[in-house]
Amino acid sequence: MLKYIFREVSRGFSPGLRRFSDVKVTENVAESPTFPHLIEQASLYLHWPYCLRRCTYCNFNKYIPKEDNEDIMAKCLQRETETLLQLSQVSCITSVFFGGGTPSLAHPSTIAKILETVSNQVYLSDEAEVTLEVNPTPVGMSKLKDFHFAGVNRFSIGVQSLQDEHLKSLGRDHSSLEALQTLEEARRLCPGGVSVDIMFGRPEQTIESWSNELSEMLRVCDDHVSLYQLTLERGTQLFKQVHCGQVTMPTEEMTAEMYRCARKTLQQHGFQQYEVSNFAKNNSQSRHNLSYWKGKQYIGVGPGAHGRFVPLGEGGATREARTQTLEPDVWIREVQQRGHGTRRRIQLGHLELLEEVLVMGMRMTKGINHKHWELFNPELGLHEIFGASPVVQELLQNGQLILDDRGLRCSWDGLAVLDSILPILLLELDKQSFPKAAS
Amino acid sequence: MSYSLVKPLCDTALLGRVLPFKVCRRKMPGYNMSYRVLRPRWMKCFPVLSSSFRSLSTQPAKDGVDLSKFPVDKIRNFCIIAHIDHGKSTLADRMLEMTGAIAKTEKNKQVLDKLQVERERGITVKAQTASLFYSHDRQEYLLNLIDTPGHVDFSYEVSRSLSACQGVLLIIDANQGIQAQTVANFYLAFEAQLTIIPVINKIDLKNADPERVESQIEKVFDIPREECIRISAKLGTNVETVLQAVVERIPPPAGSIDDPFKALVFDSNFDHYRGVVANIAVFGGRVKKGDKIVSAYLCKTYEVNELGLLRPEEHPTQKLFAGQVGYIVAGMKDVKEAQIGDTLYHQEQPVEALPGFKPAKAMVFAGMYPTDQSEYPTLRSAIERLTLNDSSVTVQRDSSLALGAGWRLGFLGLLHMEVFNQRLEQEYNASVIVTVPTVPYKAVLSSAKLIKEHGSEELTIVNPAQFPDRSVVSEYLEPMVLGTILAPETHTGKIMSLCLSRRAVQKNMVYVDDQRVMMKYLFPLNEIVVDFYDLLKSLSSGYASFDYENAGYQTADLIKMDILLNGRPVEELTTIVHRDRAYSTGKAMCERLKESIPRQMFEIAVQAAIGSKVIARETIKAYRKNVLAKCYGGDITRKMKLLKKQADGKKKMRRIGNIEVPKDAFISILKRKEK
Repeated sequence: MLKYIFREVSRGFSPGLRRFSDVKVTENVAESPTFPHLIEQASLYLHWPYCLRRCTYCNFNKYIPKEDNEDIMAKCLQRETETLLQLSQVSCITSVFFGGGTPSLAHPSTIAKILETVSNQVYLSDEAEVTLEVNPTPVGMSKLKDFHFAGVNRFSIGVQSLQDEHLKSLGRDHSSLEALQTLEEARRLCPGGVSVDIMFGRPEQTIESWSNELSEMLRVCDDHVSLYQLTLERGTQLFKQVHCGQVTMPTEEMTAEMYRCARKTLQQHGFQQYEVSNFAKNNSQSRHNLSYWKGKQYIGVGPGAHGRFVPLGEGGATREARTQTLEPDVWIREVQQRGHGTRRRIQLGHLELLEEVLVMGMRMTKGINHKHWELFNPELGLHEIFGASPVVQELLQNGQLILDDRGLRCSWDGLAVLDSILPILLLELDKQSFPKAAS
Repeated sequence: MSYSLVKPLCDTALLGRVLPFKVCRRKMPGYNMSYRVLRPRWMKCFPVLSSSFRSLSTQPAKDGVDLSKFPVDKIRNFCIIAHIDHGKSTLADRMLEMTGAIAKTEKNKQVLDKLQVERERGITVKAQTASLFYSHDRQEYLLNLIDTPGHVDFSYEVSRSLSACQGVLLIIDANQGIQAQTVANFYLAFEAQLTIIPVINKIDLKNADPERVESQIEKVFDIPREECIRISAKLGTNVETVLQAVVERIPPPAGSIDDPFKALVFDSNFDHYRGVVANIAVFGGRVKKGDKIVSAYLCKTYEVNELGLLRPEEHPTQKLFAGQVGYIVAGMKDVKEAQIGDTLYHQEQPVEALPGFKPAKAMVFAGMYPTDQSEYPTLRSAIERLTLNDSSVTVQRDSSLALGAGWRLGFLGLLHMEVFNQRLEQEYNASVIVTVPTVPYKAVLSSAKLIKEHGSEELTIVNPAQFPDRSVVSEYLEPMVLGTILAPETHTGKIMSLCLSRRAVQKNMVYVDDQRVMMKYLFPLNEIVVDFYDLLKSLSSGYASFDYENAGYQTADLIKMDILLNGRPVEELTTIVHRDRAYSTGKAMCERLKESIPRQMFEIAVQAAIGSKVIARETIKAYRKNVLAKCYGGDITRKMKLLKKQADGKKKMRRIGNIEVPKDAFISILKRKEK
């Protein structure tokens, strides 16, 4: 199943939750070389690797289960959660996200056990955002109540499309009716806490059909929408179909127009874009995903999961980029043998950390504010790094980039071409950080 | 000094090769012949191969050849000329074997054609020379086989080699008949007033049609068919007759040992220990070790350190006499000191220089740049080493904003350039960007002031940046060549339209027989330097042959075309074109740029312009959307890598205005296309 992890849902947040997710509260702490508070908390991502079937466009890490090994998987997820929480030494988990794969295939008790494991070890507020990705099938829908009971307070529903023929050709295992029913049930359980994923740039899609579909979606959705462009990935069935000419993809011009028109429509319906792909109203942004974009720590548990945290538990002092073993069977064996399946650890240097903070932060419509940047780089401010550069000046003058008292961010038009802007900014960051090497 | 035939043959222990030779001997019982072995191998100084052939040496070199035994009337100087693959090298191999100069082995099969381009085109680039000792009618003769480069790119070298000869063997394939290069070579020999012996080779082939070839020879060259010798160089059939004809038909060289010393330099090589080794033909007098000699071109004096015969390897002797051919080492440090065509004489006895000397003149230019600038020193030393042996390549340092530091090299012709490139790649493993070749244009200046400034009325333009404005020029000139095309009659229509599209003017058209047509066209050199030969080959399914000779300069309507990106000219893409070709060239360049410049955040106009007039335009649309919508599972590593690679790439891009142009875009436009 398609998996997005930068995604989020929402609902009203109590002041208690904000305490953990708002930068202001925590800005005077730092991991070395940043502020200490950054290392005291993290968000938690859990990966459920199994899907019932393979979508034609998906190249993500997912497996069709050979046998029912839910018990083993549940135990291993708990075990790895324990190990990594221990290693990170965080005292608080700010949000939890169950992604996949198809995590709604997991038994609700598995979710409950994992959340229990977390609560037993660190502080997990009752108000903390706990998201589960849901495949809108009848089975998925029937379990929503139990998931909610287990502690899930936000559902992210992979609707993808409201056109049945498209759902079929994408290899999805649900119909549009089932999607609508699931959505309704989810909204009933978590009002204001439901997100829908929709996908544009699908084969045979036209601008008009997209616009109609989006309007229909807006009539039924809750307060959060994630918008994704279908990208053709090597090795997928769709890739082959496109290459033998069985299927035509919309042109670049068309997808650009679809994106533009979706942004406009969503805005007109009161949805605020807060990130490249994410829109929310009534303050329902995904706290979990915002913490990625703000460069906070996250712990990844499960086959192929990624994490970014300081392994304080073994005396580490710098943030690491960590990847868990991809293949579920191997991962299970490793967790059983040594408590975790971490396959790769790369220490992030100061510049690399700043690069990630920049790349992630610029995805948000609010961009990077000065305080946010100062948290990671107290020595050199945004103005000092970018202000004097003629190439950046060009972007500012062309109205693609904004650098002001608030911070650095993209304009409406600039956000759509962020990937052209980022290399320019990265180059400037490099130059200013290593002025000698770059000159 | 006399060896029996049998010995070297046994040495080789290749009995299979002995048999046909014996048969051949028995066929000619009437002649009283003996052979002398002087040459252990057929080898010159190609650096790559020297070691592998050294082991073939079968005969220790014998010193003490008394060359004074060979007065001019016992000497014959000749060369072999032929179209590609008509068997020149095979005949040379065979003659060397038969006179015992080299051992008879399978490996002798065209051992000289070592470069891929030589094998592909069946040509020999560097001239080879060998002295053969041959007995005929109880007289001992010194036959000097002066091999010539096999292509008219080297026509100057060919003409210098020819000027050391009194006769030529003109080889023609019994199956293919007369080809373009046969014609070009014939005229070179004819103009030099040499005795021409037509030799029809490959008569052993199934499709051989010597009669047809003989009538072509009669028709095209006006040589009676009776003079043709039919041979199979491969099997050795009638090669003996060729040797006899050399003695009987070719006149001995003029000149006397009593004249002052005078010698022609017709080739030169570089040896790391001894310096320049010059190949010379002695036109008069004698020369010995210790003599002080002078180069007529540079007027520099040298002392002779070593001299001798080429058999074909160097075989030192005490002296060289009038009419003889050999090598000389005289402390020259650079091949440019021993230029082909130069005259050498005794310090005390100055003579008039031999006619026809011209310093090498480059006709095709190309830029060469290391693929990676860090390879600059490696490429520099490779180019230096290659030019050590080839004085005809001109080297000029150049630098391009897009491609970095490199060189602008001048070559005698296209093939010369190709040979150079291949040697660079194969022998020195250098990775090179070679730019599209250009030709030297000329401008005739109109203002007296400019003429004074430049020191002459004519200005040669190699770099488009130096192209003088129309207002100060009375006319522009472009180099022309006279091209000869031979092709089956069925292809003439297509060939004629190809030539027409290349601004060529037909000079004549002759049926050499009922199937083949010979056409002569006057071409602007610029029109054939890039892909003409390949197109001709492909549209005639490989049956057409093409050759050309330089035909001076001609007035041309030349203009300078700029390529603009959003109105700013891109210096390295400025081109000199003929007005008639401006639109098509400009359009093609714009199209290729459009393909290779990535979309950017703003629209880019790619234009070709003459002065202020835009003649072609392509538009690269702005990115409307370029942002990855999703980042998988916290895995930003992949995305970071990609972005950083793009950031790194930016460092290497050339900025024109606010447009970033990747190096690849320049390469795709400037680079010569691979075949």
